[in-house]
Amino acid sequence: MSQHTLAVLVENSSGVLARVASLFSRRAYNIDSLAVGPTEDPNISRMTIVINVEGHALEQVMSQLYKLINVIAISEMQTNSAVHRELLLVKVSQDHREKVMEIVERYAAKIVDEAESSITIEASGESAHIAGLLEALTPMGIKELVQSGLIALERGDAALSDRTLSAQGISTTHSLIPQADYQN
Amino acid sequence: MSKEMTGASALVKSLELAGVEVMFGIPGGAVLPAYDPIFDSKIRHILVRHEQGAGHAATGYAQVTGKPGVCIVTSGPGATNLVTPLADAAMDSVPLVVITGQVPSAAIGTDAFQEADIRSITMPVTKHNYLVTDPDDIPRAIAEAFYIANTGRPGPVLVDIAKDALQKMTHFNYPKNIEFAGYKPQIKPNDQSIRDAAALIAQSSKPVFYVGGGVIKANASKELLKLAELVGAPVVTTLMARGAFPDSHNLHLGMPGMHGTVAAVTALQKSDLLITLGARFDDRVTGKLSSFAVNAKVIHADIDPAEIGKNRFADVPVVGDLAHTIAALIPALQEEFKKSRPDLTAWLRQMFSLRTTYPLGYNQPEDGSVSPQYVIERIGAIGGPNSIYVAGVGQHQMWASQFVKYENPRTWLNSGGLGTMGYAVPAAMGAKVGAPDTTVWAIDGDGCFQMTNQELVTCALNNIPIKVAIINNESLGMVRQWQTMFYEGRYSNTSLDSKRIPDFVKLADAMGCVGLRCERTEDVDSVINEAMSINDQPVVVDFRVFRDAMVWPMVAAGTSNDEIMIARGLAPDWDSQEL
Repeated sequence: MSQHTLAVLVENSSGVLARVASLFSRRAYNIDSLAVGPTEDPNISRMTIVINVEGHALEQVMSQLYKLINVIAISEMQTNSAVHRELLLVKVSQDHREKVMEIVERYAAKIVDEAESSITIEASGESAHIAGLLEALTPMGIKELVQSGLIALERGDAALSDRTLSAQGISTTHSLIPQADYQN
Repeated sequence: MSKEMTGASALVKSLELAGVEVMFGIPGGAVLPAYDPIFDSKIRHILVRHEQGAGHAATGYAQVTGKPGVCIVTSGPGATNLVTPLADAAMDSVPLVVITGQVPSAAIGTDAFQEADIRSITMPVTKHNYLVTDPDDIPRAIAEAFYIANTGRPGPVLVDIAKDALQKMTHFNYPKNIEFAGYKPQIKPNDQSIRDAAALIAQSSKPVFYVGGGVIKANASKELLKLAELVGAPVVTTLMARGAFPDSHNLHLGMPGMHGTVAAVTALQKSDLLITLGARFDDRVTGKLSSFAVNAKVIHADIDPAEIGKNRFADVPVVGDLAHTIAALIPALQEEFKKSRPDLTAWLRQMFSLRTTYPLGYNQPEDGSVSPQYVIERIGAIGGPNSIYVAGVGQHQMWASQFVKYENPRTWLNSGGLGTMGYAVPAAMGAKVGAPDTTVWAIDGDGCFQMTNQELVTCALNNIPIKVAIINNESLGMVRQWQTMFYEGRYSNTSLDSKRIPDFVKLADAMGCVGLRCERTEDVDSVINEAMSINDQPVVVDFRVFRDAMVWPMVAAGTSNDEIMIARGLAPDWDSQEL
């Protein structure tokens, strides 16, 4: 099994998240994380899906995803050629305040809230960075934590939306000639 | 200025513009506004007796005509009753457009009367689906539904419309063009993949055409015939592809798979190149996948890229419409054959020898009862290759695929992927509506028939004179066969007693059909001929047949195709074959 990060552009229509989730469920694909949000185009949302698959199954997952009518483009985000980020909010005990502060500094994290007996820390970074921070904080007494799904963006000038059919100048318009059109 | 009308009128007008001639349905509360303009429409609406019947009828219509089948039902139970036909159509790539009424948009999510979230329920069993709550969106949703259903790999599309969207006024605006940001089926195959495929074929000494239902969907039978004769390789047609290539053709080895012929199964197993056209390496064809055709390279041509590499690695994938793909392969091969051409004589001799040594056959029952295979064989012989045959699911389905000889595409309809018992009667009804001048035989089991026979009432009332042969072995025969083979003959709940109850002749009569019965081998032909002579009423024939007949050959589920049995405990004599 190996982990892959897919960036998926989808039409921003109701039910599209359910379609993707339903597809993964019925095809028995393992999702490690899923993040969805708006893009520069209000009609398009972007999903970042981290999946665990074996070898050539990745191509199969991408083909099956692409069969969903609302899916516009899919691209695998490679470790070297894309920026990967996760967001973490974690609440730790005040008991070891000095050590916590040291860890926060070392991991370039931020204190976003302080209460009587706890400190809330925000951090973002690659998965390994977040995992390292969590490992360091665990002995300090983690009270609660929440993590976002991973998001990723390709480095350089390229944009996934450039690779959609319309951006390549390929017509996606189909003339509606009743009947004749349905004869295949 | 576009005309103002209700959403319901916009729906019906959209269906008319989409070219709909017939739809199958049942009204109910949420969809009721649509039924008022249907009353005035030129579209023929056939009032069925159960929504499942509407769905399978639409499938039968689509499989025979190649046009999308259409049904319209109400919300809640009306819609959920369509889940089985939708799943069936999705598995067998049948273009359907299904309209369901939905509770008013303000009531959605409140567990209102007859509310079901049919869009969510059907996501896994449709190619796409819609929930429409604004009447302005109705024409576009319908136009898109038809486009999606019948382009690319065909499939069912559901359009769920809230009642208030049907009632409100809208300015009718049917889209002139359809645009999808992502959906763009590849029709023309890539030139390089065609050249690669041709090169591979020209190097193969044991090629076989593995033909699936996609050839029929693409209307590519004529092209296939030319290609097969050009290559001169043996052809096997899967359960979904029976009729795609003439059974009478010398290159045809029959059907592969769990109940395929020894020659067809062995051809795939021993081949060095599978020329796969619109087939999907289903487990019923491959048997144990890891031992399937281990020495074969694979050319996999399909319009659905997701099928390629799903179950079996493809050495040469070819994505595109099969009519284009096959047409492009022919000149590419003619070029290749100028350079080199392998000699297939030895390979063909081996396969023809297997076909001669192990033909499909059956024994006459020793107790003097009627052989079910004989009945089906005679229906095929008397009905001829221009009739349409529609099967349910089980032993009779396998026998109908084996013993009826198919010469033409779109003459064999069955539920291949989902294996839906109860498919035959409503699908035959739809087939007859789509081909009113053609004889349509439903070859059904006594178990299947009791699931959906109420549509015979629909047939009788709407002048849809189908013929139904009930192959009555008073059992769930295929399950019983497995119990015989794998459960020491412990027949748990497979006895239906349907030679006692119900009386199928009386039942047929009560439903406005002619009921006939046949209990003796010597009467089989005359009863079939009598059924053939009745064309103003549906006919039901209760063929009372031998209970313990079994379907052979058989590759037991999960085992290798190498372990094909030609009868119980009997393998082909491989030692005597030069393979």
